[in-house]
Order: sequence, then C-alpha cells, then structure tokens
Amino acid sequence: MSTPHRGGEDERMPRGGAAVSSSPSLDELRAEAMQWGRAPRARGTWYVTEHMVRAMRAYGWTIVVGAVGQPILYLLGLAVGLAALIQAPIDDGGVEVSYLVFVAPALLMTAAIAVASEEFSYPVVAGFKWRRYFFGFNASPLSPGQIAGGVTAGGSARMLFAVLAYYLFIWVFGAVPDPATGWLSIFVGLLGGLAFGVPYMAYAASIQDDKGQFALVQRFIFMPMFLFSGTFYPLAALPLWLQWIGWVSPLWHATELGRILTYGKPADPIGIVIHLAYLVVLSVGAFLIARRIFERRLSA
Amino acid sequence: MPEAVITADRLVKAYRSKGKPDFVAVDGLSFEVAPGESFGLLGPNGAGKSTTMKMIGAVSTRTGGDLRILGLDPDQYGPEIRSRLGVVPQQDNLDGELNARENLYIYGRYFGLPGKVCHQKADELLAFAQLEDKAKSKVDQLSGGMKRRLTIARGLINDPRILLLDEPTTGLDPQARHVLWDRLFRLKERGTTLVLTTHYMDEAEQLCDRLIVVDKGRIMAEGTPASLIRQHSSREVLEVRFGSDRNEQVAPRLEAVGDRVEVLPDRILIYTADGEAALERITAEGLEPLTSLVRRSSLEDVFLRLTGRSLIE
Repeated sequence: MSTPHRGGEDERMPRGGAAVSSSPSLDELRAEAMQWGRAPRARGTWYVTEHMVRAMRAYGWTIVVGAVGQPILYLLGLAVGLAALIQAPIDDGGVEVSYLVFVAPALLMTAAIAVASEEFSYPVVAGFKWRRYFFGFNASPLSPGQIAGGVTAGGSARMLFAVLAYYLFIWVFGAVPDPATGWLSIFVGLLGGLAFGVPYMAYAASIQDDKGQFALVQRFIFMPMFLFSGTFYPLAALPLWLQWIGWVSPLWHATELGRILTYGKPADPIGIVIHLAYLVVLSVGAFLIARRIFERRLSA
Repeated sequence: MPEAVITADRLVKAYRSKGKPDFVAVDGLSFEVAPGESFGLLGPNGAGKSTTMKMIGAVSTRTGGDLRILGLDPDQYGPEIRSRLGVVPQQDNLDGELNARENLYIYGRYFGLPGKVCHQKADELLAFAQLEDKAKSKVDQLSGGMKRRLTIARGLINDPRILLLDEPTTGLDPQARHVLWDRLFRLKERGTTLVLTTHYMDEAEQLCDRLIVVDKGRIMAEGTPASLIRQHSSREVLEVRFGSDRNEQVAPRLEAVGDRVEVLPDRILIYTADGEAALERITAEGLEPLTSLVRRSSLEDVFLRLTGRSLIE
C-alpha cells in the first residue's frame, strides 16, 4: 500500500519561493503560508466557478437538451402556430414587425431567466444545507465572497450557453432583422438573467428550511413576470394597474433592450440608460447583499 | 522546544441573539500545540470543541482573546492559514454530484495547485484511503466509512502542516474506526500535526499525545492521557451491578472498599488500586453482585471525576 509521499519541498511550494526545511521554524511556516495564500486570494472565484461548471456535467444532458430544445419548441409553436394567426404586423413604438420578430427577443431573455431560476436556487441551498459543500469550499483558502462570486460566474456560464443557442435559433428563424446590433442581445440576456438570478441567489442563501419556497417563486414570481412583462404583447396594451409588474421586472427591461437591438425599436438614450442601469443596479446590489449572507452563514 | 504552531490565549466565542443573553460557547481557552504533536480536545457534545475547531480552522472569528495559527492571526490571514491546513469536518461535505476522484481533484484546485499536480495527488490519496476501486464512484454510493476516508484524503491534498479532525469516527462501525485510526497513525508518524476532537475516550487514548478535557467552554484538565488518568483516577476500576433498583441501596456499604465510589444508574464504579482485591472484600461481606468487571481506569473515568457527568449521554 502506498502512502501519499510528502514530496520534495519544491512540491510544497508549487509556485516557487523559499525552500522550507523538514522541521521548519515558525518564521518559515509563516512565510510558506503567505506564499500559498497568494493564488487562492487572487483567483479563488475562478476555482469555485470551475467546480460549479464541473458539477453541471452531472446534469449536462438536461442543460443541452434545454438550451436546444426549448427554443425549437417555442419558435415552432409561435412562428408556425401563433404567427399564422396573428398576420397583421405589430406596431411597436413606430416600427412594424412580424409577430415572431416581436416576440423573439422576449423569449431569448426569458430563456436566460429560466436558467437563472435553476442555477441560483437549488444548488445554493444544496451548498449550504443539503450537501453543505460551501462549508467544504470555505475550509480551504477560499473566502465566502469568492464562493458567492464563483456560483454567480458558474450560473452565468450556463446562461451564456443557453442565450447563445437561443440567439442562433432566432437568427436562423429570421427573427433578427438587425444582426449588426442584434448579437449584443446575447449580453443583455446575460445581464437580465443576473438581474433576476443574483437576487434569487441572495434569497436562496438565506433559506434555513426548505418548505417549497422555490415552487412558490416559480408560480407567483416567475410566471406572472413571464406573462406581464410585455413578452407576448406590448406592455402598453395592459391597463395601468398591471403595467407596474413590467416596470419592476428585469425581464421587461431586458426585453426592451433586446427589441432595440434586434429590430431597432425606436428609443431615446435616456430610456436605454434607465433599462441598463436598472439591470446593473439590481445585479450588483443583490450581489453585495448575497455576499454578506454567504459571509454570515459560513463564518458563524 | 520548537515554537508552537497553534497558540490560543484566553480564547472566547460568544453568540449574540436578540432578546437573549449571549451564549458563550468557548469561555477563555488557553493552550498551545507543538509541531508534530497530536493534540486532542475531549468533551461531551456542546462543550465548545467544534466551535474551537472552527476558530483554529480560520473560519469562525473569535469574540475575545488571542489566537495564532502558524504564527498568523486568523482574523487577518484566513486564506493564508487555511492554505496550510487540512480540515476534516464533523459532517461530510463532499460534492455528491462528483465522483470520489473528482472531489479530490477539484479540492486541490482550491489551493491553486496546477491540474497535473491535482491529478497525481488524487491518485496517491485514493490509494492512501484504500479507495482506488471507488475512484469513479459517485460519492452518494460510498459507505459512511468510505466517505470519511475520502474526506480525510481530501484534507491532505495540500500536504497540510496541521490536520484538524472534528469527531473523525463518530457514527462509524468499529471496523471502519480501526481502519481510520490506522490511517491517522501513519500521518502522525510522518510528522503531521493533528488536532482532533472526540467524545470517545478510547480514541483520545489511542491517538492523542496530549489533550485538554473541555466542558462548558472551559478547560477542566490538561495532560497526556496517562498523566490525566494517574492524576484524576485510580489504577483500576471495579464495576459491579446489583440491579438498577438495588445499586443506590448497596452503595453506602461499598464506600470503605475503594478510594472512591461512583453510582451510575445501571452500575456502581469502585475506584481502587487493586480491583480483584476489592471484589473479594465485597463478596466476603456477603454482597453478591449480579455482574462484576475489573478494568483499568480510562479517560471516561477522568471525565466523570472532573464533571460528574458521563461523556456520552
């Protein structure tokens, strides 16, 4: 039977540095720790990202089928079905576009948010409670902030994949009249996903006992947001007392930006800034809160 | 005497909660651990052992006192300290989505080890943990003992200077415990500093060079297992049972037989230098115990003496 050899002292210092004798003094041990701490301090977030992406492989098939299958189903249903019914062009703030072109950016943004609602919910509670692997991360040199960052980056990687696939499909379906700016909607999708996902992560991190909260979020937050964010018809078509759902919804802000980018919906610069700022503030603000919750929970 | 790798000076951890007085989990612990030493914290559940371990692990911040790990303050140098520690938590926190080998590999990455080194270390450690044939098994498919060994293996991925083990064998069957002890002995032989908590006195006796007995966040006694037993207990213990309803009644008549008598619900412990002689005296007095047993004193007896309570309640 072999035992893990201690290795030469060079192996102890993978990134170079002063050699440490076999019975080191406290000064040598301190210097060694300072040396070892450098890489995790600088790159810890990416180590967590690597872990999260690696763990996704366990359900990689679901990710691929979801990313490819969902756009096909929606686009076929809407392009072949609903669009056949709605023959008249949609007038969106002055431009007239087909129903498919109108709805495509909204579907793209919804796809990002749907991925966010998976990646920033269950894996977070699993990390704190069901499997407790965040505590394992935290016992290593990684800090709670890096763990929150890595979970965000890992979820973003999957969102980017889903949005990219979606964008290719709507482009192939002829739903991107302005490809020159349309491709930027991929990044707006990512931002929209984060504006929904990061607050969700903060909430998930604060959950002590799972009492089916995620199912409630799905039914009473995700679904209404999907229906009332100007996804299938312009927000203005709703009575004023329902329009507020759109105003607070990251999906509406992301969709509006997507429409500006994919078919040149007329917009004034201030409006664009407001849409972008709303999404950025929501993402960044929620991240700061999430980080605090991670810190509190991991170092109790 | 080499400088201590862990120095705790009047270490305190208190938890605040609204509307309630502070809960003091660790109440002024002072101790030092020398390099290569195997140091134990022995105490019942809720004694403050795990909280102390979290502070040594540079995860939980102290409320008061001073703490230095490898000469560094954990408040300021948490990542640096943790980069040279190995941690085996009380509850396994492996990633069930990954297989055994991946769990080791990815953990090595957290320390900034290059992928190639992580692969090599993962294979070495699977062999060390006797899990080579389980390398590709999902963690969920492993037995409790295997998960424990994998968690210990994971804690060694960075060749730590100090290995922290919180209740390493709790919940394992005797055979799995012995396999684990064997692995820990090997680490000890290699000079790894071990710090472990346990509420099993046999484990403490087997593994610890020196230990502190902790209760309610305070140190009750400190020393080698042998010295603690010498100081706080007799050489032998005679255990007699008269039946749960008669134990109390018979106890006063046994006082003169040994140095000290301890009445537990199910049996009476008589502390004496010569257990057999004590048993003869009892029988000579016409008392017929249902069962009797002479054994050497253990840390359990020390704990009972110091706190008036049993370790495992």
